Amino acid sequence: MMGFEIDIHKTVRSERRSFELHVRFQTHARRSVIFGPSGAGKSLTLQAIAGLLTPDNGRIVFDREILFDRRAGIDVPARQRGFGYLFQDYALFPRLNVRQNIAFGLQHGLRNPSAKVSLEAVDYWLGAFDLQEIAAQHPDELSGGQRQRTALARALVHSPRALLLDEPFSALDPELRERTRAELDELLQRIDIPVLMITHDPEDLAWFGDEALYLRDGQISERPPTPVRRISTRLKVVV
Amino acid sequence: MDTPVWITLALTLKVAGWATAINLVLGVAVGWWLAHRRFIGREFVDAVLTLPLVLPPTVMGYYLLVVIGKRGWLGHWLQESFGINLIFSWQGAVIAATIVAFPLVLKSARTAFESVDPQLEKAARVLGLNEWAVFFRVTIPMAWPGILAGVLLVFARSLGEFGATLMVAGSIPGRTQTLSIAVYEAVQAGQDDTANFLVAITSITCIVVLLAAGRLAPARRGL
Repeated sequence: MMGFEIDIHKTVRSERRSFELHVRFQTHARRSVIFGPSGAGKSLTLQAIAGLLTPDNGRIVFDREILFDRRAGIDVPARQRGFGYLFQDYALFPRLNVRQNIAFGLQHGLRNPSAKVSLEAVDYWLGAFDLQEIAAQHPDELSGGQRQRTALARALVHSPRALLLDEPFSALDPELRERTRAELDELLQRIDIPVLMITHDPEDLAWFGDEALYLRDGQISERPPTPVRRISTRLKVVV
Repeated sequence: MDTPVWITLALTLKVAGWATAINLVLGVAVGWWLAHRRFIGREFVDAVLTLPLVLPPTVMGYYLLVVIGKRGWLGHWLQESFGINLIFSWQGAVIAATIVAFPLVLKSARTAFESVDPQLEKAARVLGLNEWAVFFRVTIPMAWPGILAGVLLVFARSLGEFGATLMVAGSIPGRTQTLSIAVYEAVQAGQDDTANFLVAITSITCIVVLLAAGRLAPARRGL
């Protein structure tokens, strides 16, 4: 059974405060959502799973493969974990055009892909996301929706074994958000890989939360917070 | 003046060129290190490395003599082991110019690296790049305009280096006498025509470099 088994501990210290992240959960659903207010530790959790943040202690397992185990001394680097990651502000490379952004990870070595790079997988995703027209444009010339589609194409072009989504709609204005949710929903039906999303928006939870996890103050809690309980009675809590 | 001006100019450009090349490598390495590694005493290291900017060049020259002079610990060792003597050589002038100009590239490079959005580097890692590839494909292209501006300032500063160079390398026409030192010698000797000519050449060279720095600094899409 494909799925995440997470049990991690991390203390983050900044100048003013110290934050304890102690997250433990398992999920085997196709679409899981970690829901919580900002500052709850959602991004830290997602980054730890992706290998962008090293926990102080614990284990991260995906699909029975140990990605991180402090005691066994295992820490698979982010580049080898095989996840697709959608960043909150999309983190597109500003000096590269849409085509180069999508091809970025397919080209090895110390040079970036050329402006006219032609690879089958890149052309496929340009087509699938209706990006051919703007393939030569740079990120600062794109609309919010186009940026998100470019970032998704860049994540999917590798055929990742799971997709990690960091607040995928928060950078969009409300009208677009509604439509993009439906688009992403449809896309996720087509690609058959597990999806783990973090969000503070109850709507996202209702759309994508086959399995819902509630994160508060660095811990997964059993009960949904009150505003969520009202709109998402169909969701079950899994811890 | 016996030495043709072009020899002095060539020597000056050679010294400044070497100092710039060395500073490019050192400045990028140390700037990245100070921007990315948190350690106790980081700001102290930064302050010490910035000293050449504020200390009188003669004081820097004196420090250099203490280190690479015949009786300096490094100079003595080089002399004994390899027969190398840096004092009164053009290589000595390169060392003086390199150290005096280093803070300019260090400041620019550190600021440039600190302004690179860490999300972009993370995105590159998730996309399968190793740390070297992240550095050359994301970090350097983003930080390059700032680094380049610093490097050009280094070149301009090295062209005009006087005090430390004079103390370490002296003023041997054709061997260690750079433009700025030749200007000094010409004025001392009352050779006004030579001085005017040298001053004009130095000024023009520096203006060209500064204009280039100004043009390149805000450049977008270098890559």
